[in-house]
Amino acid sequence: MPGKLKVKIVAGRHLPVMDRASDLTDAFVEVKFGNTTFKTDVYLKSLNPQWNSEWFKFEVDDEDLQDEPLQITVLDHDTYSANDAIGKVYIDIDPLLYSEAATVISGWFPIYDTIHGIRGEINVVVKVDLFNDLNRFRQSSCGVKFFCTTSIPKCYRAVIIHGFVEELVVNEDPEYQWIDRIRTPRASNEARQRLISLMSGELQRKIGLKVLEMRGNAVVGYLQCFDLEGESGLVVRAIGTACTLDKLSSPAAFLPACNSPSKEMKESPLVHPPSHGCRSTHNSPIHTATGSRLTQNFSVSVPTLIYTGMGSGSAGKEGGPFKALLRQQTQSALEQREFPFFTLTAFPPGFLVHVGGVVSARSVKLLDRIHNPDEPETRDAWWAEIRQEIKSHAKALGCHAVVGYSESTSICEEVCILSASGTAAVLNPRFLQDGTVEGCLEQRLEENLPAGCGFCHIPYDELNMPFPAHLTYCYNCRKQKVPDVLFTTIDLPMDAAVIGKGCLIQARLCRLKKKAQAEANATAISNLLPFMEYEVHTQLMNKLKLKGMNALFGLRIQISVGENMLMGLASATGVYLAALPTPGGIQIAGKTPNDGSYEQHISHMQKKINDTIAKNKELYEINPPEISEEIIGSPIPEPRQRSRLLRSQSESSDEVTELDLSHGKKDAFVLEIDDTDAMEDVHSLLTDVPPPSGFYSCNTEIMPGINNWTSEIQMFTSVRVIRLSSLNLTNQALNKNFNDLCENLLKSLYFKLRSMIPCCLCHVNFTVSLPEDELIQVTVTAVAITFDKNQALQTTKTHAEKSLQRASTDNEELLQFPLELCSDALPSHPFPPAKEHLESASSNSGIPAAQRDRCSSWIELIKLKAQTIRRGSIKTTVTVEKASPVGEGNFRNRSSPPCANSTVGVVKMTPLSFIPGAKITKYLGIINMFFIRETTSLREEGGVSGFLHAFIAEVFAMVRAHVAALGGNAVVSYIMKQCVFMENPNKNQAQCLINVSGDAVVFVRESELEVVSTQQPAANCQPSCTGGEVTT
Amino acid sequence: MTSELDIFVGNTTLIDEDVYRLWLDGYSGLWGTVCGCRFGGAVVLDGRAGRARMSDAVALRVRSGILEQTGATAAVLQSDTMDHYRTFQMLERLLHAPPKLLHQLIFQIPPSRQALLIERYYAFDEAFVREVLGKKLSKGTKKDLDDISTKTGITLKSCRRQFDNFKRVFKVVEEMRGSLVDNIQQHFLLSDRLARDYAAIVFFANNRFETGKKKLQYLSFGDFAFCAELMIQNWTLGAVGEAPTDPDPQADDMDMDLDKEFLQDLKELKVLVADKDLLDLHKSLVCTALRGKLGVFSEMEANFKNLSRGLVNVAAKLTHNKDVRDLFVDLVEKFVEPCRSDHWPLNDVRLFLNQYSASVHSLDGFRHQALWDRYMGTLRGCLLRLCHD
Repeated sequence: MPGKLKVKIVAGRHLPVMDRASDLTDAFVEVKFGNTTFKTDVYLKSLNPQWNSEWFKFEVDDEDLQDEPLQITVLDHDTYSANDAIGKVYIDIDPLLYSEAATVISGWFPIYDTIHGIRGEINVVVKVDLFNDLNRFRQSSCGVKFFCTTSIPKCYRAVIIHGFVEELVVNEDPEYQWIDRIRTPRASNEARQRLISLMSGELQRKIGLKVLEMRGNAVVGYLQCFDLEGESGLVVRAIGTACTLDKLSSPAAFLPACNSPSKEMKESPLVHPPSHGCRSTHNSPIHTATGSRLTQNFSVSVPTLIYTGMGSGSAGKEGGPFKALLRQQTQSALEQREFPFFTLTAFPPGFLVHVGGVVSARSVKLLDRIHNPDEPETRDAWWAEIRQEIKSHAKALGCHAVVGYSESTSICEEVCILSASGTAAVLNPRFLQDGTVEGCLEQRLEENLPAGCGFCHIPYDELNMPFPAHLTYCYNCRKQKVPDVLFTTIDLPMDAAVIGKGCLIQARLCRLKKKAQAEANATAISNLLPFMEYEVHTQLMNKLKLKGMNALFGLRIQISVGENMLMGLASATGVYLAALPTPGGIQIAGKTPNDGSYEQHISHMQKKINDTIAKNKELYEINPPEISEEIIGSPIPEPRQRSRLLRSQSESSDEVTELDLSHGKKDAFVLEIDDTDAMEDVHSLLTDVPPPSGFYSCNTEIMPGINNWTSEIQMFTSVRVIRLSSLNLTNQALNKNFNDLCENLLKSLYFKLRSMIPCCLCHVNFTVSLPEDELIQVTVTAVAITFDKNQALQTTKTHAEKSLQRASTDNEELLQFPLELCSDALPSHPFPPAKEHLESASSNSGIPAAQRDRCSSWIELIKLKAQTIRRGSIKTTVTVEKASPVGEGNFRNRSSPPCANSTVGVVKMTPLSFIPGAKITKYLGIINMFFIRETTSLREEGGVSGFLHAFIAEVFAMVRAHVAALGGNAVVSYIMKQCVFMENPNKNQAQCLINVSGDAVVFVRESELEVVSTQQPAANCQPSCTGGEVTT
Repeated sequence: MTSELDIFVGNTTLIDEDVYRLWLDGYSGLWGTVCGCRFGGAVVLDGRAGRARMSDAVALRVRSGILEQTGATAAVLQSDTMDHYRTFQMLERLLHAPPKLLHQLIFQIPPSRQALLIERYYAFDEAFVREVLGKKLSKGTKKDLDDISTKTGITLKSCRRQFDNFKRVFKVVEEMRGSLVDNIQQHFLLSDRLARDYAAIVFFANNRFETGKKKLQYLSFGDFAFCAELMIQNWTLGAVGEAPTDPDPQADDMDMDLDKEFLQDLKELKVLVADKDLLDLHKSLVCTALRGKLGVFSEMEANFKNLSRGLVNVAAKLTHNKDVRDLFVDLVEKFVEPCRSDHWPLNDVRLFLNQYSASVHSLDGFRHQALWDRYMGTLRGCLLRLCHD
């Protein structure tokens, strides 16, 4: 009985009128946890009841504490008939279960009803007394911290990064139970919300147990997803990276890590990043599971694709992407080993040694009813299979680990596509507990000294390449080989030498498929997948070239399945890595060379493409230093001339051996226009409009080349659904529609956010789904951050100094070679052949901004100017040290000068792991919320747009309220994982499910740090932690 | 390809001032008239009709040149406009009780923007307010909004909003004690200026002062508001509230109703014109003092008795509700128009009124000096304001 949960219901406000006669409400509250329920008194005739209840006490196991949500129901008392429910609040008490997070949950929560939306607010106080439980066989995992952030959270230090943890739980979906026919939609929705809440609690507890087994104390990069499999059930699954984290508590350690203004971004990636690689491997093994007995699912066929972009040396010419398609039987005989996967996308200094390229795997499955929820083996087996696949691909790239790993599904009726992707990498074993890392590493470490390019160096054997690629000597250090193009799923390492700015690159693709049932359908999808992947890859490559860039970060390829089509959407951030060769142009070749007008047309197109490339280079400030051949040295032997040694790779059914190398070298990246399709492709290349001036966009955490963020941020979600005209759909028409949809959406965003110029859309996250025949839904979540155009140079300079300092402090204990790292952290690397370009290079090195403007509250926007003037003075680490003596407790309460007339505390939300111009002082726990909203009066609520608009606004409000109740003032790493929208306009009905998550944090503006440090700390800290309310 | 659904939701609610103005002015965001309620919802409208036509609001935005400035397309503008309109519709419920806007959790809006939303929502058109000023804020008046809309060129929607605002403020402060302006400010969070205007509107509506007569057309809302403020300060119960001799506190609203007792007492002033000696004495005092100082001295001298009779009779009649309503008509008829026909310069009016009020103190036979001051002090201010073309 190791825990006592205490709940107090204080008051309500803005309740709806439940009694028409009196225009008032007789409200009371039921507080339920597990099977115990308490009730408050009825507060008669008021829309603002003051219950001021006693403390309701629940004595419960900590296992229940982790699984169960606290359920608060507000009802209207009715003497004669049944009491009417006004709405509910679910409170996840998990944040109270670990000592460093929140100690109390207290504040105003929106009262939510799945039919009516938010109906007033209720003020609740929740506390937990935990007793220590030394039972080693316990089922609970209280105390394990969870973070959505995919890097080591600021104010923590990674002692050990243990590795991959995963778990899934399954259940029947209440919506599909027989009882659903007789109960109200409200009851059904609530049953679902409650079940999912329970399941995610259970899942988190189980993952926690695994972490404890591994002797870790935290999960970073925790990603939990729901699969609504309809009839066959409900799956909740999660992956994450187990770590042992140390709180940086001593001022000395604390400061450098979390705050120096220079850093701000993840401290981790700063130093030594990653790796290298220039090529991407995509594999799409496809399995079709047969009918009834899923456990026996056999693989039908496994076509596997590998494609790479290639180019050679200084000439920057590219070989065309090509593919090799081969079929083989999968052997499920892979040895069952732990997966060396990491869900992190940014890393502690020195962690990432080399990057090999993107690895991905997909599999098509047929869903069947989950017969025994306690034995979710089928789904486990499916994922295990995919992970094996990924692991073997990584091996093929000479890498022992996969970073930036993620998993997703797309479900349509009974067909389910499981996808996993990540970046093959070589890691520094120092951070890993045991020998998951082989000895080969050490030698690599040494060669690795030139930072900023080390991660680009190939991890695989040059003579034994898993696929054909053009290698050159690194343009940075000249010592190691680098590929010509690098694709990764991770964030750009902090110290990577980048030229110019980055940009969002998307590949979009639709493919029609016939409607079919069961196996036939699965097979059809399986057959389409490799082609889609190939085309997506080709598009990405073409667009990358068109931008004049040579690397992609944050690559995310989403394939969605619908009744009669498949959609592919790939997003990534293109950059020009200084270490990689200049990309070649794109050359168009016609098939019928004798036709004069055709020739003319071709040359016209060619000119347009060349112009575009030139324009883009200017736009993104890509002006790499010219390097003469002599300096580069002799070009690397052409792949064809090299003898190929085949590796014996037992695990991966090695595609490599059968790759067609005949296209190994070509003079340029050639697009052959041999049919109208290809023509379309070329056209579509040119139709992507660059963002209006003053706007940049990327899907990574930070924008390479912009480092002077100011503090204004605007997180938003935008949803669009289009209906395709149903007749005579062709692939081309589809592609065009889809392309227009995405482009128009982006244009709208630029227009809406025009007042923030100059600004950058960061972490642009597109998801596409096909809710019905002929409907395409695109959901975008991103954050717009303003930056200061004029301060780039100065900032870079101060930043460099800072990062130098910081790097040295950080690294001394972590790494053996602090010196080298320090010099790396300087943006101005020794770059002998290009001294004249030093300046430009340094100003563009993707090191994050040091200085930011801070404006903590709304009202402060007004003061922006004044602060801008002050900015120059707030830069040194000294400030930081001064700040340190201030008790952390002070920061818990938002110390931002509260605006005089605002009564609701501002809660920032961002998909990034940091807040510009501010320092995160505390993580309060994970926010993971699931809501259902349904309406039977769609028209009256403003149609589908009105309905969803209101719902999303409500979801934001509920997230903010929970964060404020925990004492926080921001959510970082916020993500909307699911937004499932269904409508039936004829019945005037609609339903929507939304799942969001993030980390609740307390942040302090750097400007306030300064104030706090110079004044009495207590003076400007308002005790406003109760729900972020400032009583005025 | 038609757009079924198209939304944008920011963590910080975006407020576009220009679009807000269009919305307040009642321009339609859809190409129907009532949002989302035709043809089975916004669905059809959003899509098909969207290509063909632009809504009024979008057309106006296009006209403002925003497309050229931003390089956006009309479709983008339409989508943006709809987003804002939806937001405003959701906010409207909260704007009806502005303190709710401050406490609500659904929209995260910076305080400065909240203030702007409220202030603009409660702002009104001069042309509109002149039409309804002093009218009973009832259903009957609401029915006339159609005509007002046609007459003023203000959209019906906007007329309704303004009318409903007046009525809502009226209802809320009607039963309240204490300063009218303070009450309005507290419950509607308006700026001082706007709260004063609303106080005037409420005061006029409550006392039903006639403002619509043709001869009053030359007066602006500002003129009336100025008078209202003076009257609230001096002629209501609240004005004497500091001396709590008030026998029963329930009796009247402090600031909204004129002080009945005071009105009753005003009858006593009649002696100033009824008593011939007193009237002559008064006239001679004024004439002596103003001789040589007034450009229109002779006209004044000739008209003195008429003017004085007019002003005192207005006071004496105020016991009847009907006459209270006609206060402004009477003032204009009895004083402003005679002055105007003799082309009195404003300064002369001022000198005259000052002297006219002050001289009464020297009338030994007159015992209601305090009453006179309370009456004339306010009236003098009002008359000066009313004397213009």
